Amino acid sequence: MTAEAGAGRVSVLRMGDILIAAIQQELTDESALALQQDLTEMAAAGARGVVIEISGVEIVDSFLARVLSEIAAATNMLAGRTVVAGMRPSVAITLVEMGLGLRGLETARSLEDAMAVFRGQAGR
Amino acid sequence: MSRDEVTRLEIGSDVQIAGARQAVRQAAVAAGFSLVEQTKIVTAASELARNTLVHGGGGHMELAVVENSGGHGIRLTFTDDGPGIPDVDVALSDGYSTGNGLGLGLGGARRLVQDFTIESRPGGGTTVTAVAWSRMAQRVPR
Amino acid sequence: MTSVGSDGSGAATVAQVLETRGEQVAQQWADLPLFRNVYTTGRDAAVAAAHRLVRVLAEVARHGRLDDTSAPDFERVRPHLAQTVTARTRSGATHQQITAEVAELKRPLLEIVARETGGADGAVAAVELMGTLRVVVVEIALSEGAELIDRQRAQLLEISNPVIKLWDGVVAVPLIGTLDSARTQVVMEALLQAIVDQNAGMAILDITGVPMVDTVVAQYLLKTAMAVRLMGAECVISGIRPQIAQTIVQLGIDLGDITTRATLADALKWALGKAGVSVVVGEG
Repeated sequence: MTAEAGAGRVSVLRMGDILIAAIQQELTDESALALQQDLTEMAAAGARGVVIEISGVEIVDSFLARVLSEIAAATNMLAGRTVVAGMRPSVAITLVEMGLGLRGLETARSLEDAMAVFRGQAGR
Repeated sequence: MSRDEVTRLEIGSDVQIAGARQAVRQAAVAAGFSLVEQTKIVTAASELARNTLVHGGGGHMELAVVENSGGHGIRLTFTDDGPGIPDVDVALSDGYSTGNGLGLGLGGARRLVQDFTIESRPGGGTTVTAVAWSRMAQRVPR
Repeated sequence: MTSVGSDGSGAATVAQVLETRGEQVAQQWADLPLFRNVYTTGRDAAVAAAHRLVRVLAEVARHGRLDDTSAPDFERVRPHLAQTVTARTRSGATHQQITAEVAELKRPLLEIVARETGGADGAVAAVELMGTLRVVVVEIALSEGAELIDRQRAQLLEISNPVIKLWDGVVAVPLIGTLDSARTQVVMEALLQAIVDQNAGMAILDITGVPMVDTVVAQYLLKTAMAVRLMGAECVISGIRPQIAQTIVQLGIDLGDITTRATLADALKWALGKAGVSVVVGEG
């Protein structure tokens, strides 16, 4: 749960035509925007899907929620899909209490389930 | 409520927003908040700190652990000397946004706490006070 | 008890006895069940507590407000009495027992008053004073009872909403009774945690036992379903009886894209179908 600027940059892995970003720590607004830019650019270079794994994220506020929604909207436009995986129960409850249902966002319980979505078999 | 210890943090950058979140998290743990209660108050703090930074041009947060006979609560006060909010009711409505976010900043934060007040005058800055109580403390009539 | 004047002098008499013989009264009270059962660690503490009560009663009598349960002097002793009553309640004493124990304080005081003063005025005033004390204790015990009910309700919340595993990857909460905000929060948290713990992809909220669905309850159900979806699992609401379905429509509540089923069995069938499990009814 560190909060240093810059140090919080999230690295993005490419597995074939799937991009995977696992957010392991709390993001500053700046590093969230950097991730958005990285993912959008890499998706534009060719990707079928994006998985953002957030099981390490303790809070999602409206700013990060907007970043996630915009990444999903951008990949949609580029004919891809974004799946947000591993949201914690406490984060999910807080988002709905705030009134954020994030309707357009695809979700999965885990990174594994998200990858299964792209393999064409709906994760159980 | 007796002799609250007040911690004051500057809100002048997004790194300091993250710092405010950490301070609130620690206070919520110390006040005996459940994981969900911690997450709600930290998220509210994040929204309000960003509001102070983006709309108020920076300011500060005061953090106090308060007490009633049922348990503990956390009181957060965000103060800025910014342009103020012309219409508080409009600012609290969903979809209102002048900066970043989903336009749910203030309204969303209000839904995450038990007590919420805004004092603002055009040109006179804004003070937002939010108080959240632990589940046991919420049972005590106020 | 002949005139108002004698009442007043009776109060003064009791006040004087309590002031001059306070130690003696406290010593005797300390041996009675009310104090003995609470201050189990030592007699000194019991005597001190009894003495505190004696001093307050002396003040009440001194001000001549023997029958006034809201006398300011009683206010000062309320916290102490409340501690005593709480301690007795926690150890299982009923209201009747506690008030009986308070009533026992009367006899030693009356004896001392009788010994110290000749007339009946003092005794009458002492009886009145102790009667008032009893009423104060009953008041405290009643508010204690309310708190106890609150505590028990909180405990009940935790145990009355079991999350049940119906199949691998399928969890369900059968909701029974009226839903309020505190209860739905507990349900929501328990269900979401079960999704993590059981690695469940399917969550069923069964409302067969919920008597009424209004906009508030519908909002709760909607929020829970949304939170389940955010975690990447699917939510079904089952047990929507015809008249509840009608209410939901009449209230104009939009359950959106939430899956609903008439019965828990239908919901389970749906969940198993999603999970790729087919149920074959055997013969014979």
